[in-house]
Amino acid sequence: MSVLVEAKELKKYFETKSGTLHAVDGITCSIEEGKTLGVVGESGCGKSTLGRTVLHLLESTGGQLFFQGKDVTRLDRHGLRELRSKAQMIFQDPYSSLNPRMTVSQLIAEPLKIEGKLSKKEINEKVLELMDTVGLAERLYNTFPHELDGGRRQRIGVAKALAVNPQFIVCDEPVSALDVSIQAQILNLLKDLQEKRNLTYMFITHDLSVVKYISHDIMVMYLGQMVEKGPAKEIFQQTIHPYTKALFSALPQPSIHNRQERIILKGELSSPINPKPGCRFAKRCIYAQEACFVDTPELVEYSPNHMVACHRAREING
Amino acid sequence: MEQDKLLEIEDLSIYYITEDAGTCQAVNHVSLSLGKGETLGLVGETGAGKTTIAKGIMRLVMEPPGKYVSGSIRFHGEDLLKKSVREMQKIRGAKISMIFQDPMTALNPTDTVGAQIAEVLYYQKNLSKAEARKRAEEMMEMVGIQKNRYDEYPHQFSGGMKQRIVIAIALACNPELLIADEPTTALDVTIQAQVLDMMRNLKKELGTAMLLITHDLGVVAEMCEKVAIVYAGEIVELGRVEHIYDETAHPYTIGLFGSLPSMAGTEERLKPVGGMMPDPSHLPPGCKFAPRCPRKTPACEQQEIPLSEIAPGHLVRCIHVGEE
Repeated sequence: MSVLVEAKELKKYFETKSGTLHAVDGITCSIEEGKTLGVVGESGCGKSTLGRTVLHLLESTGGQLFFQGKDVTRLDRHGLRELRSKAQMIFQDPYSSLNPRMTVSQLIAEPLKIEGKLSKKEINEKVLELMDTVGLAERLYNTFPHELDGGRRQRIGVAKALAVNPQFIVCDEPVSALDVSIQAQILNLLKDLQEKRNLTYMFITHDLSVVKYISHDIMVMYLGQMVEKGPAKEIFQQTIHPYTKALFSALPQPSIHNRQERIILKGELSSPINPKPGCRFAKRCIYAQEACFVDTPELVEYSPNHMVACHRAREING
Repeated sequence: MEQDKLLEIEDLSIYYITEDAGTCQAVNHVSLSLGKGETLGLVGETGAGKTTIAKGIMRLVMEPPGKYVSGSIRFHGEDLLKKSVREMQKIRGAKISMIFQDPMTALNPTDTVGAQIAEVLYYQKNLSKAEARKRAEEMMEMVGIQKNRYDEYPHQFSGGMKQRIVIAIALACNPELLIADEPTTALDVTIQAQVLDMMRNLKKELGTAMLLITHDLGVVAEMCEKVAIVYAGEIVELGRVEHIYDETAHPYTIGLFGSLPSMAGTEERLKPVGGMMPDPSHLPPGCKFAPRCPRKTPACEQQEIPLSEIAPGHLVRCIHVGEE
């Protein structure tokens, strides 16, 4: 199994009036071919910025980013173009991410036209093939997005992303705007496509049950940093970081039995603008000690492949 | 027993009638009741008619294009549909209040949050300005916001805090019934946990009955005693939480649960219901769920399916319940 995407100390800062916003602050991760890395976190934790930076849609502020072993940040125009046909994105909102003036077929054909490798006739065939792959009926060929429901629109989004035969797709909350039964249909579709085409996903979401269903590995983000990362099964068995614990316990379970103890966090996310040293979660953490406010915790291996950034990880889980 | 019923909805149907789009049957023959201090979850997907039911109770359905086609909504035995506009104004906010889904748009951006809480007290309880302010400050502390933020504007608050303000407004007059329309859908999970925890405590403290509208079966499991599953404007299954979660009977409800990736389970594949909800302006004859239903037989589409009681208090709208 080879590593397809690798980020080392990846950073993305934005300059704002009130200071430097550390949206992505030193993320190190890698995704193996054919696997899914689930990125979990709440609004404002930098997960969407991470997705865009990994695709080089946003230029990184620091760190390194490799795609198939090549340093993406040093690619020229030609290399970037090549990257674009290998790495694609599915967006969150199927209502605003599709041009309302284009028909379904035009929307799906667009990336193929830009790529410029196929003739008109070939593009047409490919569009029909893609519509079939994602489960859009042929009669929808000439319809406009506004005539379709959210689930079908998201299928267009998936077809567009698949059009150029990518190896890697960043899925940015692809199902959060959809109803549960439609959400399940799209999740099943993404899973099937992964199996058939050996796709690699970075799956960004705030929904833990979705991430568990689709991911092989999971990374939990808090204010631009990774607080915990590990194999999905292991994290769902035992959460190590206090934030992950709180996040997992906060999710309402669709069951009236074996209710687990709730950890209710006080306060809210602090600002990612000019963050102070120390653990960014310390202010809300029930285990925080003096050291937590002074020293930034390093990401260390808690158990094989299970990384966590917390000074007191061993104590509180011991 | 009848004395305990706070709200009784019987055979309520609400349509939206427009010239170009035809008649949209948003709510069809809905009957449900709510006792004092009880919490009922109204669950369904987008377009199921949940919000129209809520607005219907508040008499907030715009007429036209909306139309109350049939039924009654009795609150303390009195039919709200027969009340005058003025009488309804006395009830809204004072006896029945509502929390809307989006705290970002529910507040007036040009007025301080404190004034928005005091406003309802001033109009409904005839308090003096000073008294209203004092009570509004108490409400702010009750929902966990320092009272010195009284004079701040909505944009100075985060989403979770704004929703707390909205809840403070809704509870300011100590209503007997609170209608909460997706109160935590727009919030992050950890903030949602805070808000739900607070709502649960306030409900206990004040004895408010609640109609909780949501699509989230997890939230319902945590907050509600009774549940009504709504599909295409109809209640398809109604019962206590134990009925709905442990003895799930209607194929649609089974499909809803099958769509949820569970945290505990290790399912390899989700089992959603295929297809989509029918267009409310072209409802199929007979069972509205039949076109998507794995158990469909010709009989399903030939008759209107009644709600039948399969266990005391557990009602299901399906003729195949109990078959194996």
